[in-house]
Amino acid sequence: MTAWTPSPRQAERDAVRRRLRTRRRLVASVATLVVVGGLVTVLVLSPGWETFQETFLSWDHAKASFPAILKGFAWNVLMFLVAEPLILLLGALVAVTRSTVSPALFPLRLLATVYTDVFRGIPTILLIYIFVFGVPALRLQGVTTSIFWLGITALVLSYGAYVAEVFRSGIESIHPSQVASADALGLSSAQSMRFVVLPQAVRRVVPPLLNDFASLQKDTALVGAVGVFDALFAARDYTNFNFNFTPYVVAAAFFVALTVPMARYTDWLAARYARREGAGAR
Amino acid sequence: MTGEPLLRITNLRKAYGDKVVLHDVQLTVRQHDVVCLIGASGSGKSTLLRCIDLLEPVDDGEIHLGGVEITDPLVDVRSVRSRMGMVFQAYNLFPHMTVLENVTLAPRKVHGLSAADAEDRARTLLARFGLADKADEHPDRLSGGQQQRVAMVRAIVMEPELVLLDEVTSALDPELVGEVLDIVRDLAERGTTLLLATHEMGFAREVATNVCFLHEGVILEQGPPAQVLGDPREERTRQFLRRVL
Repeated sequence: MTAWTPSPRQAERDAVRRRLRTRRRLVASVATLVVVGGLVTVLVLSPGWETFQETFLSWDHAKASFPAILKGFAWNVLMFLVAEPLILLLGALVAVTRSTVSPALFPLRLLATVYTDVFRGIPTILLIYIFVFGVPALRLQGVTTSIFWLGITALVLSYGAYVAEVFRSGIESIHPSQVASADALGLSSAQSMRFVVLPQAVRRVVPPLLNDFASLQKDTALVGAVGVFDALFAARDYTNFNFNFTPYVVAAAFFVALTVPMARYTDWLAARYARREGAGAR
Repeated sequence: MTGEPLLRITNLRKAYGDKVVLHDVQLTVRQHDVVCLIGASGSGKSTLLRCIDLLEPVDDGEIHLGGVEITDPLVDVRSVRSRMGMVFQAYNLFPHMTVLENVTLAPRKVHGLSAADAEDRARTLLARFGLADKADEHPDRLSGGQQQRVAMVRAIVMEPELVLLDEVTSALDPELVGEVLDIVRDLAERGTTLLLATHEMGFAREVATNVCFLHEGVILEQGPPAQVLGDPREERTRQFLRRVL
């Protein structure tokens, strides 16, 4: 290799590019300052700012409520960790069931279709009410009356319906030529699903699934509405006794701290899959 | 060999809505034959192959494989397909599996071979076609020619009675066509029965025992390659050959 020094024209181009880059950074900084500054000004100059600060952003109340909210938040994390695998399992089962063709499985297909239609239609908070208050009222033998478990059941059924549809769209996005190829090898439709379609579909739906997870993390707070001592419950408890809303902000910060890393991870994964699909493109 | 041919197609008809894709097709393939289907794009070559592999239902007529009518709705579709190998124009390898996994899937799951036996077979065949060092790669790391050779190995690993090749070189860069055709030639020389749709006229002339010219879903002319390609009877065949040669 011979040594290379940029030609005068290339040096000129580099200089121009550097100048353009500097200008872009300057514009971005000024724009950000103007927008953020404007928002802060509106906030601080608002007539109620003093009171707002006291009732929502009190450092003392934040410190005082922190331990209880942290303890409550552990329940949110626990609910999430228990519900999520069950949701994935349920969603995958329902999606695969809906993709079967065997006539003997028709009743299951019907059930799966009705399930997704009905449970996606009912607001999650209503499902939680129905399960937590309705199921114990039936006084069924051997069925739990624990608010925690009934709440989780409601979350699983609600999210399972969404996740099933995500899985199903993934299954349907696999090109028919892949199925033709599996058919031509003599694979049964169950084997084709298990070995060819599902593994590819799952890879493809990971980003949208993670998006649903982020949503689930927040919705565990809905179970707090029926009496599980979670972060939201703890915040409300403190608020009721101290007439200060700061604990709500603290609880919000907890949820954000959990969902933001998840969101970044989702972006990263999506970018990686996009790169890989691009590399495989012909 | 006299008596029942390996593949016998009579009065085959296939239509998509109003569009008739195959009309009154008659075709016979004997064991060890190499039959080339030629004709313009849209003449029905691929559809014919897909009908034979039961990937498309036929609208009329019969297909017999080794004396069994495979167009019978009560036929065991999987066992029929496992007697044939099919290779597609776009390779259709499974992108989430390694080359070895692609090749051993059917031997293990359809033919009931142990993992070790399947791997043995696969590695032997991959080595024969110069793919030994690619066994653990994923398809997206391979060139088009290599991918198509893997697809070929995947289709023949269980030594099917009939191999269907659907324009296996059409998606390839010109300099990669040769390596795939070499495999087809190798199969033909070993006596594998082949039915292939192709645009490679030189190759057809060299290896085919029979050439069929399809035009708008009809087999207009069939016979030995020297006759169909060298001295065609039909004006349509002559026009087609003038365009492609």
